[in-house]
Amino acid sequence: MREVDKSTTTTVTVYVNGNPVQALRGAMLAATLLNTGQVCRTSESGEPRTALCGMGICFECRATVDGLPHQRTCQIECREGMTVHTQQ
Amino acid sequence: MTHSFDIVVVGAGPAGLAAAAAAAGAGGRVAILDDNPRVGGQIWRSSVATSHPEPARIRAVQRFEASGAKLFSGRQVVDAEPSRKHGAPGRLDAWGSATRTLETFIFDQLILTTGARERLLPFPGWTLPGVFGAGGLQAIVRGGYQVRGKRVAVAGTGPLLLAVAAHLQQDGAEIVLVAEQASLRSLISFGKSLVTHPAKILQGIRLRRELAGVPYRTGCWPVAAKGEGDGELSAVQFSNGSRNWTERCDLLACGFHLVPNTELATLLGCNVSETGVQVNAGQQTSVANVYCAGEPTGIAGVDAAVLQGEIAGLTAAGKAGQAARLHRKRDAQIAFGQAMDRAFALRNELRNLPQPDTIVCRCEDVRFAQLQEQVNPQNDWTNAKLQTRCGMGPCQGRVCGPALNALFGWRNSSVRSPIFPIPLEALCSAPFNTEEVQISDSQENSR
Repeated sequence: MREVDKSTTTTVTVYVNGNPVQALRGAMLAATLLNTGQVCRTSESGEPRTALCGMGICFECRATVDGLPHQRTCQIECREGMTVHTQQ
Repeated sequence: MTHSFDIVVVGAGPAGLAAAAAAAGAGGRVAILDDNPRVGGQIWRSSVATSHPEPARIRAVQRFEASGAKLFSGRQVVDAEPSRKHGAPGRLDAWGSATRTLETFIFDQLILTTGARERLLPFPGWTLPGVFGAGGLQAIVRGGYQVRGKRVAVAGTGPLLLAVAAHLQQDGAEIVLVAEQASLRSLISFGKSLVTHPAKILQGIRLRRELAGVPYRTGCWPVAAKGEGDGELSAVQFSNGSRNWTERCDLLACGFHLVPNTELATLLGCNVSETGVQVNAGQQTSVANVYCAGEPTGIAGVDAAVLQGEIAGLTAAGKAGQAARLHRKRDAQIAFGQAMDRAFALRNELRNLPQPDTIVCRCEDVRFAQLQEQVNPQNDWTNAKLQTRCGMGPCQGRVCGPALNALFGWRNSSVRSPIFPIPLEALCSAPFNTEEVQISDSQENSR
């Protein structure tokens, strides 16, 4: 178990559609995308969608992460240099 | 890569951690798999900004870490069979999202502690950005989503609503309303049933005290979420059956209690009823070397889950006598869960919320009117799947399934491996079961 203490928390930079975004180390990628106001994907009929269930069930928060498509961003912790492309 | 263990536990929440620690403590070689990066499950999900996790979580994790059980996190179980032939060990396949490999785990005994998910019900606007599950928003906030200064409405049903509201308020959100669909009368009778669970009463009192000043209304529910210009949520319309009103808010956290995750148990051929996976007093399922503990056997909360996990771990490790001492305590917690099911049962009005154009299946954007055309005397979902693709997307019906059950009484009639989508590269290297697992007649009759 590793609990992140506020005093030792550091930030990492992730790249959302090419733009650098600061995130707490260990923060969930879905949370970071919401903090930037970025939707994750566009639905079959063209609706913008963001995280819904927060626990890896609904797949609404999927995006392309480090080149891999359809990754559930609610199950991925932000790492330094991570690239994210939202799915249109 | 193939691993071999005496006992494999699937899910590292409260039940799974207890099961793994108990089984390893009894001398078994134990592996525990979880799809999340960290242990704790949902209720003990760790928070990125907090250094004060719950004492119960700390104790459970410390005990687990000292037990010698081996943790495989970031593993998604995609296929399993209880035993290849009579007496032979079973196997399951798990996809490692970080390792990008499919790993096989060979086991003598399997313990399923796959937890529960929120029941999410469709209503106009529920697909707007800004609308979350109730526990869903809490999990995302624990993951670092900033809600300070945001106006949040919390709605749906179940004891989770108060816990979520208190957590979000602590993180600086302004809770505009907690809307509980259950009637005050049913909550009062639930409260009376808690006399035998004083700890739960105290917990409730503590939450209410933390939420002093927050409007808590019973017998009301969301009827529509409304968006503004850019499509973000701006207001939610509520109803109490006799009048409608609107609350302006930035976020809606809305969940209708929990439903058990039974997909893996079904795939393994375990008897599953409407309330969950069927188990005996030792937490053994209808499949001899498969045990199940916690929410998949019926929603009863964390205290039940820990006891059930302990019993499953001990029984699977051959210490049934020791486990029997916990049966009575466990049964009292199960009774609490059954009282919860009664108190927070869905009211009929919730079945009338979708409009013809309301999306029900969010993966495939299937609308309510398309599904109404598929209503059939068999109450079968299969036809709707074939005609509309409802439930055929990446969530495999995990979200729309419980909604369809509430709306039409439909049940998912089959589970097929892989039970979670995995990349093609994984499928190319794996010998998957290709036949579909049908729910047997005996299971059908037990419903």
